[in-house]
Amino acid sequence: MQYLRNVVTLKLNGDLCTGCRLCAIVCPHAVFEIVNKKARIANIDNCMECGACALNCQFGAITVNSGVGCAAGILNGILNNTEPSCGCNATGENKTSCC
Amino acid sequence: MPSPIDYQNLQPLAISFPSVSAKWIGRDFVDAVKVRWGIGRNSSKVTPGVYKIGNPDSQSDVFVSANYKLSFDILRKNLKSFNAWILVIDTKGVNVWCAAGKGNFGTETLVRSIDKTFLKSIVSHRRLIVPQLGAVGVAAHKIKEQTGFKVIFGPVQAADIAEFVKAGYKATPEMRKINFPFYERAKLIPVDLVYWKYRLLAALFVVFVFSGLDRSGFLFTKMLHTSLFPALNIFTGYLAGMVITPLLLPVIPARAFSLKGALWGLIFIVFLNLFFIAPNIERIALALMGIAVASFAALNFTGATTYTSLSGVKLEMKWSIPFQIGFAAVGLLLFIISKLI
Repeated sequence: MQYLRNVVTLKLNGDLCTGCRLCAIVCPHAVFEIVNKKARIANIDNCMECGACALNCQFGAITVNSGVGCAAGILNGILNNTEPSCGCNATGENKTSCC
Repeated sequence: MPSPIDYQNLQPLAISFPSVSAKWIGRDFVDAVKVRWGIGRNSSKVTPGVYKIGNPDSQSDVFVSANYKLSFDILRKNLKSFNAWILVIDTKGVNVWCAAGKGNFGTETLVRSIDKTFLKSIVSHRRLIVPQLGAVGVAAHKIKEQTGFKVIFGPVQAADIAEFVKAGYKATPEMRKINFPFYERAKLIPVDLVYWKYRLLAALFVVFVFSGLDRSGFLFTKMLHTSLFPALNIFTGYLAGMVITPLLLPVIPARAFSLKGALWGLIFIVFLNLFFIAPNIERIALALMGIAVASFAALNFTGATTYTSLSGVKLEMKWSIPFQIGFAAVGLLLFIISKLI
């Protein structure tokens, strides 16, 4: 299953990549492939912007505007003038299926 | 005067760790069902710390888990015949993936619990098996830097752990992928159904009351006699968006959730109309409202999926929410007009 096309903010700077493969390991949607010891974005529209690759790239080759793609959370953020947040806030409340 | 120290009979400080079994007992099954229905979800926590499964020693693997009871239960169930340690970190009772997204299952919390539990004196090796989805919050290179532990990202599903370990801590590409099959989607429906119940009741209340409108004012008997069809339109929309759309997610090829929901709403409301006699203007009015409800409910399911991006949902909301508000407003207006002509 794939969501909307041409909208995700994932970027990979090939010059900084050392081919450590960690991005390909942590990605739950097989967005990356390793070709000639360098990572390459193979399926950008599979990306859900979870941010695992960018966080685990110690060479800073990956950037992505990460967050949870949750309409209720975004709506809460707009209504309360805060960051997007589902029912599951810092106190560990766990109300919607978001979490 | 303090008594002299008896060096012959000193007891070394002994720490014991709670042992857990891989087996689920009755209560675990009950808990698993309850959390899906949103019952006692906030108190479903495991005390953070180190647990034993089997008879682990200083060479045994350490599996990291969230302190959401269902996460912990699923992990231990899949560690049958293992001798291992489980390091439960304090994620405020939230599952691994969600907690990782919010930083509760993150580099800092993991470093802190490694220190707090003296993990370095429990095991002599320096490797930790962290669930792959924890990578959203845990930076492997920072854990190495700050604690000396090498993070090995395990498979997405705990069910693959045995195979993963047997293969020398190697996951197949399939084990690295998160899917969203029918039963996973089905499991997520009840908690949303329960969560939105008051908003559903509010919407039903609105059409119920407006059903009694009349040229002569407000007629209580008219409300009682004509409110079933309007209420069913709203309820059908609700079920179409909240149950049918998630269950049959891939059936409608549209990628936008609001569109999937609107189409399912339309289909079921057309079907509903076969069983009722009503003026056309009322049919159209109620269909518009029902479709708006279905579309919004389906949009809401984006939060439960495993593949929608923040940028994508923001883009979808930008065009779909004005449409939903428009449909609901025009529908309500037409409904009022249908009562007054």
